[in-house]
Amino acid sequence: MEYFLQQLINGLTLGSIYGLIAIGYTMVYGIIGMINFAHGDIFMIGAFISLAVFLILTSILGFAFLPVVLLIVLIIAMLFTAAWGWSVERIAYRPLRGSFRLAPLITAIGMSIVLQNFVQITQGARVKPLPPQVQGGITLIPPSEITGGISVQLSYMQILIIVTTVVLMAGFTLLITRSPLGRAQRACEQDRKMAALLGVDVDRTISLAFVMGAALAAVAGCMFLLLYGVIDFYIGFLAGIKAFTAAVLGGIGSLPGAMLGGLLIGLIEVFWSAYFTVEYKDVAAFSILAIVLIFLPSGLLGKPEVEKV
Amino acid sequence: MMAVTSANTSPGARARQEENRFAQAVRDAAIAAFLAGVLSFFFIGFRTDIAPGGLSLKMRWSAWITAIVVVFVGRLLLNLFVFNRTWSGSSTKPRSATVSERLPDLGKWLLRAFFIFALVLPFVAMYFFPNRDRQFIDIAILIMTYVMLGWGLNIVVGLAGLLDLGYVAFYAVGAYSFALLSTHFEFIGFWTALPLAGMLAACWGLVLGFPVLRLRGDYLAIVTLAFGEIIRVVLLNWYEFTGGPNGISGIPKPTLFGLEFARGEGSFASFFGLTYDPIHRFVYLYYIIFLLALITNIVTMRLRALPIGRAWEALREDEIACRSLGINTRNTKLTAFAIGAMFGGFAGSFFATRQGFISPESFSFIESAIILAIVVLGGLGSQIGVVIAAIVMIGGTEALRNLGFLTYIFGPGFDPVQYRMLLFGLAMVIIMVWKPRGFVSTREPTVALKEKKRIGADLVAQGEGH
Repeated sequence: MEYFLQQLINGLTLGSIYGLIAIGYTMVYGIIGMINFAHGDIFMIGAFISLAVFLILTSILGFAFLPVVLLIVLIIAMLFTAAWGWSVERIAYRPLRGSFRLAPLITAIGMSIVLQNFVQITQGARVKPLPPQVQGGITLIPPSEITGGISVQLSYMQILIIVTTVVLMAGFTLLITRSPLGRAQRACEQDRKMAALLGVDVDRTISLAFVMGAALAAVAGCMFLLLYGVIDFYIGFLAGIKAFTAAVLGGIGSLPGAMLGGLLIGLIEVFWSAYFTVEYKDVAAFSILAIVLIFLPSGLLGKPEVEKV
Repeated sequence: MMAVTSANTSPGARARQEENRFAQAVRDAAIAAFLAGVLSFFFIGFRTDIAPGGLSLKMRWSAWITAIVVVFVGRLLLNLFVFNRTWSGSSTKPRSATVSERLPDLGKWLLRAFFIFALVLPFVAMYFFPNRDRQFIDIAILIMTYVMLGWGLNIVVGLAGLLDLGYVAFYAVGAYSFALLSTHFEFIGFWTALPLAGMLAACWGLVLGFPVLRLRGDYLAIVTLAFGEIIRVVLLNWYEFTGGPNGISGIPKPTLFGLEFARGEGSFASFFGLTYDPIHRFVYLYYIIFLLALITNIVTMRLRALPIGRAWEALREDEIACRSLGINTRNTKLTAFAIGAMFGGFAGSFFATRQGFISPESFSFIESAIILAIVVLGGLGSQIGVVIAAIVMIGGTEALRNLGFLTYIFGPGFDPVQYRMLLFGLAMVIIMVWKPRGFVSTREPTVALKEKKRIGADLVAQGEGH
């Protein structure tokens, strides 16, 4: 039981990260109906920017108070990663809007290759270890005879991740449901042509979807860096596929669905590793992706796609 | 962007327009440079490295400023000399029409010349570049392997319109089938294993094709990607069977009717009374892959004329119409998957025998992406397009290995090879933006009334499945 609780906490933490990335996939798919293959690499870019900012703040400028440092890291990483997201859309997707469906998919894969190799060349191929910064935690259930020596711990890092995710999600939901920007976003999702006719700047709205997705991915990247303490140029691929799986599981195009899917994928991955085999945890995620797409293509919270002849 | 729309042609107005255009070009370049500066600030401006006691940070302001200047100048030149023409020039349409009218004849001769060149290529390399023949033949083999993979995938994506991002799985199945068969059973050599590997790969094509029958477009792509990755992860973790990350080594080399390409008795060289030269094996490998690729092409061309090929193309154009006309879409899709997979399996066997060593590393997603990129960049469904794309993309990136002179410009630490994949990705993006329909943008319909006319590729559906 205690082991189960501990894994539940770990799964929710990991799931929050996947959920944050998944939002970017689901928003872009909702509006322009394409899989933004480079989004996983945007997440990786966010992690690298976080690392650089963190090192600049701590080792060059000499900041020591961790909460402030983390806040600045988050904000700068969000801004700069958003710029990356915007540029990727501008360079690789916008010229192909209205083109054949395969063309943006190929440019997306090309962009993903470009981003990975750009980071590999400029930052080196070796992994970047960062010693754990947020240490300590709360012991929910201390180890005892009854629990078989297993304790349940909730580390401050996990609290930080979950709280950040909840706050961001709340803000983001408000943004989408209450602001003019969110209205434009939803209008474009329903019918791009009609939205354009009614005076919504569709190109700008699409750009903003990429910008917001990238900013959330940057947060995920920063959290990933702090949680695992190791990043390299290739982390975006697996995380991207798992986040995409999350988006699909939750119902692609649905924002709460992306978060729910993220949490589920995180839980499944953690429980799979805990109770079965660690080696095949990626197979579990991939299999879920295949199974969901085949048997439940509209996901848990998505709208079923109506086929018109 | 520059908008040169005014019809005013008086000299003063034109000069003003020119000036205006220049100012706009500079402003656009400045924006691009600013953006490049922002984007690359944390990547080129700083570099994190592992140092004793944690990570160290190195500043590289000069590299960062150089990058900004390069982007500014590059963007300015592009604005002034490249974009400008496409913007003002409206005479592209008639020209392309004449080219495509002349193309059939010219194209036919070019194709023949090209075929003959490919046929004698090893001897050309041996004759003209005696010191580097091995390297050239090696690159030719590599390109030919990708041509064959591209042709195999073209059946699935180009003809049947099923977007497959996990094609490398079948390549892996072929390679591992041959490697395992030949290392476990001594009597199995390359030529006996080849059909078996193809058959096994085709079976896997059926197995993986069956569950995805209902999926289309992007969803199909992502599920096939997942299958490809599942196979790779299984290969990586099933130590007892596949050797895990260590892979399988000691895979036998192909023989010519039992003659080995090695030193000593009973070898190819001694049988024909030649002096032993390791290049013989490379030439032989080249001809094997040439033959295999040729078979792929011929089979594809013949299949296109058969009912099954026509059903594939009909399926690509409109699946619902297909079903209502009584075509069994399940069987049609499955045959496309199986036949495409079979050629992937052949290519995989060849890969295994050429390398002599395989590991799951060679079958990562990036390979699938490269193969799909070759098919799409060449122009979906176009056989010659695949060849052009493979030469441009694979040959182009391999050519980077020969750019040693660049070290004189950029200093001794400069290694163009490390930019290989970066340039590959950039080329994918640029070519797609420039020509969304690929290099060869006309198609010849398989079936036509009276005479065959070339049609624009935009009239052909493209793996969208609806």
